[in-house]
Amino acid sequence: MAEPMKIRAQMKGDSADIRVLMSHPMDTGQVKDAKTGQTIPAHFIQQVIVSVGGKVVVEGQIGTAVSRNPVFGFKVKGVRAGDKVVVSWTDNKGDKRSDEAAIV
Amino acid sequence: MKRTVLFCAAIILAAIALATSSTAGAKDAATAEFEKFRDVLEEDNPAELFEMKGEELWKTKRGPKQVSLEQCDLGLGPGVVRGAYVAMPRYFADVGRVMDAERRIVHCMVSLQGFKPEEIARQPFSNASQTPEQTALVTYVAGQSRNMKFAIPMNQPGMRETYEIGKAVAAYRAGPYDFSCSSCHGDDGKRIRMQELANISSPEGAAKSVQGWPGYRMTGGVMLTLQWRMNDCFRQQRFPAPNYLSDTITALITYLSANAEGSLYKGPGIKR
Repeated sequence: MAEPMKIRAQMKGDSADIRVLMSHPMDTGQVKDAKTGQTIPAHFIQQVIVSVGGKVVVEGQIGTAVSRNPVFGFKVKGVRAGDKVVVSWTDNKGDKRSDEAAIV
Repeated sequence: MKRTVLFCAAIILAAIALATSSTAGAKDAATAEFEKFRDVLEEDNPAELFEMKGEELWKTKRGPKQVSLEQCDLGLGPGVVRGAYVAMPRYFADVGRVMDAERRIVHCMVSLQGFKPEEIARQPFSNASQTPEQTALVTYVAGQSRNMKFAIPMNQPGMRETYEIGKAVAAYRAGPYDFSCSSCHGDDGKRIRMQELANISSPEGAAKSVQGWPGYRMTGGVMLTLQWRMNDCFRQQRFPAPNYLSDTITALITYLSANAEGSLYKGPGIKR
């Protein structure tokens, strides 16, 4: 089951600084289990969508080059304190997670 | 022929002079770069994910007895988590011994929740696929002492003794390489390659050694505790692996934490 994200969104000048920490193994499918010798199947986040105040501001495809438990940072203009930030991801196994936070 | 030799020698000398001056300069610049790198990383530390997980575990009714850890006494009274991490190791009257944070938390998991110690010890530390529950719990508890000062209650019974044992452990030379913790960590100004080594007998050095643990290690992306770090020191010394939560490790942690007395604890850290 997908673990919650940690989202921080802060107004800095005229733009919001959004930081997202995601909890995900991000297995590349190229690593073998040290004990069993079996390849650990690929398991990674494929799609990330960030919306602020109901409007999609980032929609991205990511892959196995991204580290385990990744951190993302965005700067978004034209938003205000109090706006709701919603971050959601979908991984290659169809697991999903969506979390939200308000801009402070 | 002779002239060529002289010429070569001159070039070599010049090269040596150049190399020495640039190494001295490069070292400071590299150290500064590493510090900048660490500052950037600390802004967004995946350790926070484990703090969240730990908090959830702390408050959830779990184990054979289906209770939460909210009645766990970390030394400041049952359920008091704030500031508990920087005041451990300490003496716990209910068990009549000195315990460090991880040991106390595992003690609570066993005594309150009914978990089996041997099952917890089966996987004591994180690997790529699994983070033990106690690691997340330690991270949560440590996060609740962020920006507080180390204040180890050394006047409690057994603390002095434990400290002295820890000091002796740090100075104990053995293993195939015949060295102790203090061989590398007992003097100022030592380093391995570009890595500066902390002098654990000094307050600043000891503070460095306990600072940043529990820590998220980017190599492998795993969350690791101070207990793990101590075990890994013994592995690097080629000593036999200490038992999980052994008295030896508690003594060593007591020695380090007490030496770090009064320094600011910045909370769970991030490591290369």
